[in-house]
Amino acid sequence: MSIKTEELVLNMGPQHPSTHGVLRLELQIEGEVVRKVTPHIGYLHRCFEKHAEAMTYPQVIPYTDRMDYLASMYNNFGYVLGVEKLMGIEVPERVQYIRVIMGELQRIASHMVALGTYGLDIGAFTPFLYLFRDREKILSLFEMTCGARLLYNYMWVGGLSHDIHPDFVRLTKEFITYFRPNIKEINDLLTFNKIFVDRTANIGILPVDTAINYGITGPNLRASGFKFDLRKNDPYSIYDRFDFDIPVGEGMVGTVGDCWDRFYVRVLEMEQSLKIVEQAIDQIPEGDVQSAIPKRIKPPVGTIYQRVENPRGELGYFIISDGTLNPFRVKVRAPSFVNMMILDELSRGHLVADIVAILGSIDIVLGEIDR
Amino acid sequence: MKSLLDSEFSDSNIVIARADDLLNWARLSSLWQLSFGLACCAIEMMATSASHYDFDRFGVMPRPTPRQSDVIIISGTVTLKMALRIKRLYEQMPDPKYIISMGSCANCGGPYWEHGYHVLKGVDRVIPVDVYVPGCPPRPEALLEGLLKLQEKIRNESLRTKKSA
Repeated sequence: MSIKTEELVLNMGPQHPSTHGVLRLELQIEGEVVRKVTPHIGYLHRCFEKHAEAMTYPQVIPYTDRMDYLASMYNNFGYVLGVEKLMGIEVPERVQYIRVIMGELQRIASHMVALGTYGLDIGAFTPFLYLFRDREKILSLFEMTCGARLLYNYMWVGGLSHDIHPDFVRLTKEFITYFRPNIKEINDLLTFNKIFVDRTANIGILPVDTAINYGITGPNLRASGFKFDLRKNDPYSIYDRFDFDIPVGEGMVGTVGDCWDRFYVRVLEMEQSLKIVEQAIDQIPEGDVQSAIPKRIKPPVGTIYQRVENPRGELGYFIISDGTLNPFRVKVRAPSFVNMMILDELSRGHLVADIVAILGSIDIVLGEIDR
Repeated sequence: MKSLLDSEFSDSNIVIARADDLLNWARLSSLWQLSFGLACCAIEMMATSASHYDFDRFGVMPRPTPRQSDVIIISGTVTLKMALRIKRLYEQMPDPKYIISMGSCANCGGPYWEHGYHVLKGVDRVIPVDVYVPGCPPRPEALLEGLLKLQEKIRNESLRTKKSA
């Protein structure tokens, strides 16, 4: 005997506590089982490309801040690297080191939000509070350096907006010794918690070939077991000088590439970022951070594609210069946008409650998707 | 202004209070917030709710549905596509309801004021705002100050000059 069933269309978002911003998902469900997920974007389209056309090169930097607002430093990083390459500017060593330190601290802060809110999605409130407590310490380091907590406009073409504070090195070292044991605390609180493992292991398995076909990058790709990190595979700035590992998903509690792996890769990445900061902080050379900033930023006619390893994956800037003060076009390859495309593939056949777990594990930022 | 309700009493007693004072005190002390983040400011709003700044001590608790919330914090850029949804969310909230506009984008369009063809130039064009918090993004302290200002506003409300629905 068979019961006649009918597919139901269910809207999730744009106001939903677990969509990480203003994303609308159109779910086609059969009972509790999801058959199809259609993401609807554009609720936060802030006209980045239009602004880039109308602004001069340095004026674009604050708008890059506001794309991936959890990793503003890294968005600045990619853009200024691109413009510097276009102009052929050689950046002082001191600037390079400070940029790497800021970038890696930002990666830790960004992963903290990702892990904390993922706990919230699954139903664990406490880890969120613990992670935000530690995140404030990173934010205060940034604030001490450039005065802003979230959107920094710190990296400029050819240099930095401010030199680091005399206490910065000491306080960063203190932070490293403070935070390293806390990673274990996160693991005890959340990562190996039985309920958490049951909610995330073997859910939303992303096979490595599918991930590559979809162009997935960043922790999501590495969780599927593929060792690809632009800091190693296409080193930019001075990343080739540091010794660090690229953690990949191993399927410790489930299958390789499940939600739990995507979570755990981020935990391991925080450790590696600490390692990079630790190496870099002792080697900062003396110098002037603004000595290489050109008086007029007017790159010659040309195009460039500069990619960096953002906390979410490959962030690419395609900059076209027509030889004027304004860029002709700045096209952004946003990792969140590409990573979100996998959502339908991952969600099919799972329960409605798992959609939240899958969406959280991909770690999207809507500011970057809609731009 | 110190009201009768702020005084302490040593033993059980009958308190005579104005209905306005009692209602306002109850309303301003447990403003439940719609957990609704739009953009960058939402991260600062989350930071305000989290351990370091602890929104909870002012009675502000995030609720996932508009039907249970008293205050909506518009935390981020309001796009034209989102504006209709925000209006709808606001209409779903029960009276009395309050709005805090957080950050430059929600106040006036912020950095997207000039070239943002898809950005609403201020959320007050679709819903009535009670408190504007400036900043891009505002610090958590600024949001807390905005909340205190809203509480002050509620404290001075009266049943006779009730906010129109």
